[in-house]
Amino acid sequence: MIWIDTIIQGILLGGLYALFAAGLSLVFGIMRLVNLAHGDLIVFAAYLILLLVSLLGLSPFLAVIIAAPIMFGVGWALQRHVLNRVLGPDILPPLLVTFGLSVVLQNALMEGFSADSQRLPAGDIATASVQVGGLNLGVLPLLTFASAILVIVGLNQLFYRTELGRAFRATSDDAVTAGLMGIRPDRIFATATAIAMLVVTLAALYLGMRANFDPNIGPARLIYAFEAVIIGGLGSLWGTLVGGVIIGVAQTVGAAINPEWQILAGHLAFLIVLLIKPRGLFPRALD
Amino acid sequence: MTDFPVYRVQTQTRASYSAGAVCVALIALFILLPTFASRGLIQDLFFIFTMLVLAQFWNLLAGYGGLVSVGQQAFVGMGAYAMFGGVILWGLDPVPAILLGGVAALIVAIPTAFFAFRLQGAYFAIGTWVIAEVMRLLVAQWKVLGGGTGTSLPRTATREMWATEWIQATFDVRGAAARDILTYWLALALMIATIAGIYWLLRTKRGLALAAVRDNVEAAKSVGVDAVRMKWLVYLVSAVGTGVTGALIYVQKLRISPDAAFSVTDWTAYVIFIVVIGGIGTIEGPILGVLIFFILQSLLADFGSWYLMVLGLIGIVVMLFAPRGIWGLISEKTGLQIFPVRRRLVIGAQPNKED
Repeated sequence: MIWIDTIIQGILLGGLYALFAAGLSLVFGIMRLVNLAHGDLIVFAAYLILLLVSLLGLSPFLAVIIAAPIMFGVGWALQRHVLNRVLGPDILPPLLVTFGLSVVLQNALMEGFSADSQRLPAGDIATASVQVGGLNLGVLPLLTFASAILVIVGLNQLFYRTELGRAFRATSDDAVTAGLMGIRPDRIFATATAIAMLVVTLAALYLGMRANFDPNIGPARLIYAFEAVIIGGLGSLWGTLVGGVIIGVAQTVGAAINPEWQILAGHLAFLIVLLIKPRGLFPRALD
Repeated sequence: MTDFPVYRVQTQTRASYSAGAVCVALIALFILLPTFASRGLIQDLFFIFTMLVLAQFWNLLAGYGGLVSVGQQAFVGMGAYAMFGGVILWGLDPVPAILLGGVAALIVAIPTAFFAFRLQGAYFAIGTWVIAEVMRLLVAQWKVLGGGTGTSLPRTATREMWATEWIQATFDVRGAAARDILTYWLALALMIATIAGIYWLLRTKRGLALAAVRDNVEAAKSVGVDAVRMKWLVYLVSAVGTGVTGALIYVQKLRISPDAAFSVTDWTAYVIFIVVIGGIGTIEGPILGVLIFFILQSLLADFGSWYLMVLGLIGIVVMLFAPRGIWGLISEKTGLQIFPVRRRLVIGAQPNKED
């Protein structure tokens, strides 16, 4: 029974990692850009929510509604004015610019909020739980997992059912030809990053309510997100969810054996998948 | 027959001849420096030399090999821990144990390359980072070497280190200062060997193949360059070099912990900024970059995290507006090349006597 409990906790934790990863997956799918500052942007959004909570006395769930459009704007501006300049066949410039951005964000947060751990006040929901067939499941982890599924369903709908989604797919396939059809790739890219930042804000909400955070935890979140994307296979959002779940289960099982092995077990699971299926479990794009 | 144009392939430039003379003079100065310089200067130069070596190897990997790694701290850490292992477990002298660092880095580099080369481009970058994290977490489980909290080099080993007695007698200094001089000389030798080695490599046929792979993999393959072999070559060479440097740095530091030895900021972020700001894909770039880095660090040392922020911002600005770095700007304006590796065709110069 303890093992079933551990695995279910792992699956629910995987929902959080899938939320971290969905934005990364979206941006990579459309413009082949890996944003090394992704984890730090999640942490940045968490601090933004914290700021709104403490300044306006809002509940974190309400604060997200204000933070989301701000992050949308941040994403749009970042892509439009910085990242679009470095997109191209050479992968070095975008990598180095986003790496620089990661270092800048971490240290700016350090200056602004100090290195102390923070937490978003979640109220009663943080400790609430429901009984399901003899298992005690936290409401917050369940909510996280449900949000991850909603985000993935939503993004898939956006991709395959809307005009914007068609433009995304066209630009992803061939930006130049899409341009000939009246699509402006630079705007499409900016919109994609802005939407990814909406997902980032949601991820930040759950990150901040479930555990302590400080300015330095961004890179580790980036790594989990990246592992989930790779395990799932590039271009598959449902694959990303599966990847997140695999990392989550590996971590909780590892931690159950020896608390020091939690993170290590997640990384090892990733390396094993990479060894057996180098293109991930559900590869779609040919990259 | 005689009006067939006479030509030859040349890499040397006039500037490179005089720069060569300056280099020789500088090296002589650096060797003799401990006779009159302060201990602080010796320590600063040790830092500059070792960072420069790390930067040159990262530059070889990313700038010439096109392999953008964010996981070089894996080799710094493994090299340093192998040196500590040699000293603590086998009772080796720390100086020869530095070579163990290179061996250990090579041993871990071979299996990691199998993983990392499955990933392309940006994914390679994060993949190498994951591998470095795995190594940090594994080393933290190694209780004999202090586990997660780390350990120090035993006093007996540091006191009787090779050549320190002779340095103490010759320069009339205490043990700690003698150790600084010893590690300084080792760092100087490592730096000279690294720059000379990379310069030599780039001027050989392999270097030409490497540049071809960097510029266009498909075209390089079509003229018979084995691109995969070139990748392995630069990956393993820079792993060994980085491992040796890591071991040397920790002979000077004397204390090690997994978080410090596998620090992504200290051993990869700084190194990337040095190379990017100075000029990626050149030998001169990292040299200029490390000087700028050191000056910035001295100026901004009192401002804590502002320092890293400024460094990151400069890195971003350079990448956006001068992607070839500051050395790139200089050599574009003046045509100056201190370590020329580009082969130029000189037509009509110095006709052969036999004609």
